[in-house]
Amino acid sequence: MSKNIREEMERWEKTTLNKVLSKSPEREPSFKTTSHIELKRLFTPLDMTDLDYCKDLGFPGEFPFTRGVQPTMYRGRLWTMRQYAGFATPEETNKRYKYLLEHGQTGLSVAFDLPTQIGYDSDHPLSDGEVGKVGVAIDTLKDMEILFDGIPLDKVSTSMTINSTAAILLAMYIAVAEKQGVKSEILQGTIQNDILKEYAARGTYIFPPLESMRIVTDLFAFCKDHVQRWNTISISGYHMREAGCTAVQEVAFTLADGIAYVEAAIRAGLDVDSFASRLAFFFCCHNTFIEEVAKFRAARRLWSKIMKERFKAKRDDSCMLRFHTQTAGCSLTAQQPDNNVVRVAFQALAAVLGGTQSLHTNSRDEAYALPTEDSVRIALRTQQLIAYESGVADMIDPLCGSYAVEALTNEIEKKAVDYIEKIEAMGGAIKAIESGYIQGEIGESAYQYQKEIETKKRIVVGLNQFQVEEEPLRDILRIKPEVEQYQKEKLARVKKERDHAKVKDDLAVLKKAAQGTDNVIPPILEAVKGYATLGEISDTLRDVFGEYRER
Amino acid sequence: MPRKIRVLVAKPGLDGHDRGAKVIARALRDAGMEVIYTGIRQTPDQIANAAIQESVDIVGLSSLSGAHNNLFPKVVQILKDKGAEDILVFGGGIIPVDDIPGLKKAGVREIFQPGASTEDIIKYIRENVKV
Repeated sequence: MSKNIREEMERWEKTTLNKVLSKSPEREPSFKTTSHIELKRLFTPLDMTDLDYCKDLGFPGEFPFTRGVQPTMYRGRLWTMRQYAGFATPEETNKRYKYLLEHGQTGLSVAFDLPTQIGYDSDHPLSDGEVGKVGVAIDTLKDMEILFDGIPLDKVSTSMTINSTAAILLAMYIAVAEKQGVKSEILQGTIQNDILKEYAARGTYIFPPLESMRIVTDLFAFCKDHVQRWNTISISGYHMREAGCTAVQEVAFTLADGIAYVEAAIRAGLDVDSFASRLAFFFCCHNTFIEEVAKFRAARRLWSKIMKERFKAKRDDSCMLRFHTQTAGCSLTAQQPDNNVVRVAFQALAAVLGGTQSLHTNSRDEAYALPTEDSVRIALRTQQLIAYESGVADMIDPLCGSYAVEALTNEIEKKAVDYIEKIEAMGGAIKAIESGYIQGEIGESAYQYQKEIETKKRIVVGLNQFQVEEEPLRDILRIKPEVEQYQKEKLARVKKERDHAKVKDDLAVLKKAAQGTDNVIPPILEAVKGYATLGEISDTLRDVFGEYRER
Repeated sequence: MPRKIRVLVAKPGLDGHDRGAKVIARALRDAGMEVIYTGIRQTPDQIANAAIQESVDIVGLSSLSGAHNNLFPKVVQILKDKGAEDILVFGGGIIPVDDIPGLKKAGVREIFQPGASTEDIIKYIRENVKV
């Protein structure tokens, strides 16, 4: 059969195709994806001759999981619609959560403000101007009680975008649940807890890498025994992609970080099958549709092989790459913001066709500010339109077998493997980050991307072509400056009313654990229960672990 | 031959999003300027001190976290307090249009919004810095 196709294709090229090409050339001399993969004019069965269906694609819910991690995928249950939200005070964010749940959102996703993410209380000098801005401000357990007031923690799953202070926020969540009469064993959700990409791209690190990795593995160990249904980490490519890297780099850098976490946990004495099924991933979904669908499939296949072949995982669910997706914030334009609704819809569709487990769709006004309620509703409706109207959720992995999709899946996997080998040769992801290699690669891609836009090699609709005269968007969400004062006063009240001796003792116990080898999570849990502040707990750890400074 | 324009690109506050700052730093370098990038998480004091120590002509501030109204004017004020008001300050990031008049009144000379090109910024610097 292949021979006939090859002969037929050659005939087609010489006759039908050439007739047209000789009169009118194509738009570009060559077409490439964002990862510099050269796109053929036409993918055919000739691109699939090496593909072994059972080995390379298999069946959903089975190794190598190319077609999806669940046997029924969205025919069984739709992906979790999870809008990342949080702003100003816990009081206001609690209202937004209830609004989202009333509108059919199926999971919560907490955005914290920068002081909370970097371990400063609202009254710290470095928190000046930042309180409640990019997320909700949490200083003590009191704030967390308000944040989840009236939300039954045994019913919702909650994802928290929190990294260097993940242990503190998870401890607070467990303590709130306890007050609601909910045992930690049944809590469901995710902490991002992916510190490596903070050094590479996002910047909310506190401690040096090795000390940070200790907290990460302490969390793995603690959750294995006490919060078994919790995803202990969300290994994230999203922020590196947002910082400018390509689809291939996103897969490579994320899985290289994943390898580093698995190695650290094994070194800390954990059996690979005791924690690997709780590892989750987080990817971005950008504009180039087919490349993005292929990216998710390639990442799934590659991770399963790494877990099985390199780490000798025995359980199937240790080899599953389950992931959350967020549409690409960096693709949003301030110009003609309604166009962003359409961009987000295509990106969300690609994520669904790529088999995501949960999804956040960005809002049209996010090139300006955090989204308004109206904008968030459109973003959520976009997911519901895909889920309930488009029909794509009624089949599993419907693009499988597309010559182009399979060829790109192979190519992305191959290129990601090359990158991972390069990183391994440097001594692994931690070394590659410490040396600045990954940051350099991301920066280079970001610069090229910007140059392509400015030279119009890359068209961004409404930005460098099809512009209109327009008024900037003014109806945006604004965080009132009074929020900072409100948080400070609440914090002062909590500090006044708590048991000072208990706080002091708890922090001393934590310090001792941090200096030795005991797991630091139980003393953190005890400290938050006594209303020790996030800043006090972070400072205790800063004293022992030191702080990381960017090279 | 005139000397090269010296620019400090800085990230005030806790915001770690430095894609834009790094792209601009590199574009200015490619345009023949001498550029120092502070890295993330700098206080207004650190930025003003760096600007003075490095004798730059102009400071570009980048913030995407919404803290610009607190932080940008502080950089201008500290420069002024230290007798370095000849160092110009401009900014960019996620900055609502309604915040721009206040920032300009506080002495921030120009604000570049999402979608601005590096060419626009290069042009602005060349027109406003005398060397």
